[in-house]
Amino acid sequence: MSAPSVEKGIQFIKGQIDAPVASFFSACVHCGLCAEACLFFTETGDPKYTPINKVEPMRRIWESEFTLFGKLKSMLGMGEKVDEATFAEWETLVYDGCTLCGRCSLVCPVGNDISGMIRKVREGFAAAGHAPEGLIGASTRAVEIGSPMGVKLPAVKAQIKHLQQDTGLDAPLDVKGAEYMVLLSSMEIMNFPEYLEAIARIMKQAGKTWTIASKAFEATNSGIQIGVSDIAKVLVSRIVDAAEELGVKTVISPECGHAFTAIRWDGANLIGRPYNFEVKHILEVLDEFVEQGLIKTEGKEDAKVTYHDPCQIARKGGVVKQPRNLLNKIANNFVEMEDGGEMNWCCGGGGGVSANERADEVKLTAFNKKKSQLQALGVDTLVTACANCRLTLEEGLEENEMDMPIVGLTEMLAEYLVEDKKEEA
Amino acid sequence: MNDLTLGERLRQRGVSRRGFMKFCAATASMMALPPMMIPKVAAALEQAKKPSVIWLSFQECTACTESLTRSHAPSIEGLIFDHISLDYHHTLQAAAGHAAEHAREEAMKEHWGKYLVVVDGSIPMGANGAYSTVAGHSNVDTMHEVAEGAAAIIAVGTCAAYGGLPMADPNPTDAVSVEDLVTDKPIVNVPGCPPIPTVMTGVLAHFLTFGRLPELDHLKRPKVFYGQNIHDRCYRRPFYERGEFAETFDDEGARKGWCLYKLGCKGPTTYNACATAKWNEGTSWPVEAGHGCIGCSEPRFWDAGGFYQALSVPTSDVGSTILTAGAAGLAVGAAAAVLNKKTKGAAVANRETITIKDLSKES
Amino acid sequence: MDANELLIWARGPGFDIALTIFVVGMLLRLLEVLALGKKPDLSAPRGSGPEGAVRTLIARTLPRKTVFDKEPLRIINGYVLHIGFFIVLFLYGPHIAFFESFLGFGWPALPSGIVDAISAITILSLIAALVFRMNNNVMRFLSTPGDYIAWAVTLLPVLTGYLAYNHLLLPYTLMLALHLLSVELLLVVAPFTKLTHMFSFAMARWYQGYQAGRRGVES
Repeated sequence: MSAPSVEKGIQFIKGQIDAPVASFFSACVHCGLCAEACLFFTETGDPKYTPINKVEPMRRIWESEFTLFGKLKSMLGMGEKVDEATFAEWETLVYDGCTLCGRCSLVCPVGNDISGMIRKVREGFAAAGHAPEGLIGASTRAVEIGSPMGVKLPAVKAQIKHLQQDTGLDAPLDVKGAEYMVLLSSMEIMNFPEYLEAIARIMKQAGKTWTIASKAFEATNSGIQIGVSDIAKVLVSRIVDAAEELGVKTVISPECGHAFTAIRWDGANLIGRPYNFEVKHILEVLDEFVEQGLIKTEGKEDAKVTYHDPCQIARKGGVVKQPRNLLNKIANNFVEMEDGGEMNWCCGGGGGVSANERADEVKLTAFNKKKSQLQALGVDTLVTACANCRLTLEEGLEENEMDMPIVGLTEMLAEYLVEDKKEEA
Repeated sequence: MNDLTLGERLRQRGVSRRGFMKFCAATASMMALPPMMIPKVAAALEQAKKPSVIWLSFQECTACTESLTRSHAPSIEGLIFDHISLDYHHTLQAAAGHAAEHAREEAMKEHWGKYLVVVDGSIPMGANGAYSTVAGHSNVDTMHEVAEGAAAIIAVGTCAAYGGLPMADPNPTDAVSVEDLVTDKPIVNVPGCPPIPTVMTGVLAHFLTFGRLPELDHLKRPKVFYGQNIHDRCYRRPFYERGEFAETFDDEGARKGWCLYKLGCKGPTTYNACATAKWNEGTSWPVEAGHGCIGCSEPRFWDAGGFYQALSVPTSDVGSTILTAGAAGLAVGAAAAVLNKKTKGAAVANRETITIKDLSKES
Repeated sequence: MDANELLIWARGPGFDIALTIFVVGMLLRLLEVLALGKKPDLSAPRGSGPEGAVRTLIARTLPRKTVFDKEPLRIINGYVLHIGFFIVLFLYGPHIAFFESFLGFGWPALPSGIVDAISAITILSLIAALVFRMNNNVMRFLSTPGDYIAWAVTLLPVLTGYLAYNHLLLPYTLMLALHLLSVELLLVVAPFTKLTHMFSFAMARWYQGYQAGRRGVES
């Protein structure tokens, strides 16, 4: 273990450069179209936010270390250096000016996965000591306390107790052999307890066994956001260990974007082996339940609603048609936002931006995109499926003095469950 | 007889005034002179006195002479040749040996400073000029000696004009062209392998008419004959424009008279009058006969790749270059790949595990 | 060295040298990339990687509406430039003769007059590309000397070809020699500039498409 340094940062970036990254840099023609896909550019107009520019330090290292021409340039002293100043200059672009939303990757004409590269270059920035304070704090809490927001098991237990008292429903802890293991995000524990209640009602109606692991109730993964695989691995291992200990069939990722990416796609690669359980997003599970007739809904929302696709769930997670199936079941007046689906615009708070206080201002500027989209649409309610999006959107709406309820899709669905209606009646 | 003017001589041979004027008109148009110049051409030719011409043949194949002497006889062009006083031409003259050389020396002495020198063939410089000698004199020496008293030199044929076939790679005799050797006399190049007879007579007619050489281009060729390339004047050009090419010499395209570009026609880079003047009394010319132009009147045409290789095709073997370079590329690439693997491997292997304690610089 | 000499050199040794540098350079670049490898993805796939890769390889040729609506001119110009360049390169009779000489097979040519018109359009499109690059603030910000070099070496063959065909500026033989030399310059420069995208675009699309395919997401 050694102190963070430029050398360490460079070494980490070198280690991250693989064939895809090298092919992306070889293919870039500097057309600049990625800028048009990035809300940090469209909302600020500052070309430094052009996505491909955000990985410029990585490009320099690739060129000077992995290409003959670049090596010659370096020998002649013509190579572009990556030093302390470079890290300092790009730090805000890499962390504050990117939510890893991935729109740039989808519009790049040559097919460069730019957001994937930004995720990789963060490894180097963190190793060089250039990760933002906010994310360091969140990661530290996640590792030491168990949750980036400092939520501990007693808080979960308290919520379960509330649930039992208020509804008579149960959220079983550490049930071995349960079919589903439900994960929560800190925000759902702290800010949106409706989620747990909704899960309990849905699972009951579907007749499925489920559990919450006391060792791994937290789904979020600050390591993914700050870009430290070692930390991400520690955090994801907790979930894997718990799931395998309890012998569950499926782990359900909550309404949280990056948590889904962490558990569904990155986890196995972090721990270095495939899981022996499945991972599904809650919307995938709900859609299956509806398909299989396990849960039934009654009545429909009359208000005009739209759906905000969380980037990690839709664009990067492939859960696009499920929320639409579900919404059409329970809403009469569901309208699509412009570019809805896999090209949806980010809320502006993903990829660790919302945990990074330094980025608050640019985050609010970036929110202007969502603001104008919502204004153009004129909806009554905004539905989404990510607690982080939800919080960012709430903040943005409040800042812009827009009054609009934001609900999670899972809890909205739960409201229209047939059985529940009966109980309430 | 030697004192007769050209006009008198032609009438003696039974050429009518009408036929003579027709020739003058053709000559004027060939030289791109305005019609009003025709009477002037006629008057000048009518009065032209017999110039002395010394014809030197060096490293050549006699095809230039063949071409010129066999120009559709009897013709007015042929008669113009009759009109000149060909005082030395060792292929054609009756005299031989010392007598022939004596005739040359006499002519030079008599017409010093006024005679025309026509050269066909290139001049070998290797082995002190020993590759080609006439009467004990090397071509180099003869050239220098004869050039000294010449009014002008006409380099006939590609060999004399540009070195031609003898100069082709690897140029074993170290052959050079006339202009490589003679730098202080007016020189006209009439390239071609062989050149078109009318072009030759046209140059002579111009000299006889105006007493000076025609206007020349950067390669010392008379502009009027060599100003345009074959391709631009080719009657098959419309097929090129339409993208219709014969692929072989006996395919449908060839039978339909399509463009011969793909069969190696060098028309686009060849500047000559074949497409308009044609050969054998205007009967035909190579492209009309179904064969592409080989560019015989251009410098180094012999080294400019195969005659049947399209201009756009490199003269080297592209396929084998790709294979060789491919093999080299794989080797070089493999070496670079090993280096990259090593660099990356070291970066991954030496990577320290990061914990939350390693994130802040302050800690 | 006169035009004929230059042409002979350009058709012979010059082309050999340029082609060798191109082939060696491109293979070098390719192997440099591949050597870095890619860790196998251990996450459970939702779809097929290869299917996604092929889909992206093809589909990414078309622009996304969201970006097209913002920059229609730049994107359309990109198509004009590429399609124009390909038509001129692959459908002009003399060029086909070149490919035929080492491939062993040819294909029908477009009328030369049409190719001529398309090359004029391509030249205009390249000029427009330069104007965009210098006027758009993002492109100007991203541009490096390499971008301008790549632009110039792409323009030159089209321009000299156009001038040669139309007998403009210089005698045909000299212009043809310059045309070949400009092609050779392009071949020599390509492996060391962004022109590598002529091959690496396929790898880039493949890699992104492969991951998207595994995840069952659109790409």
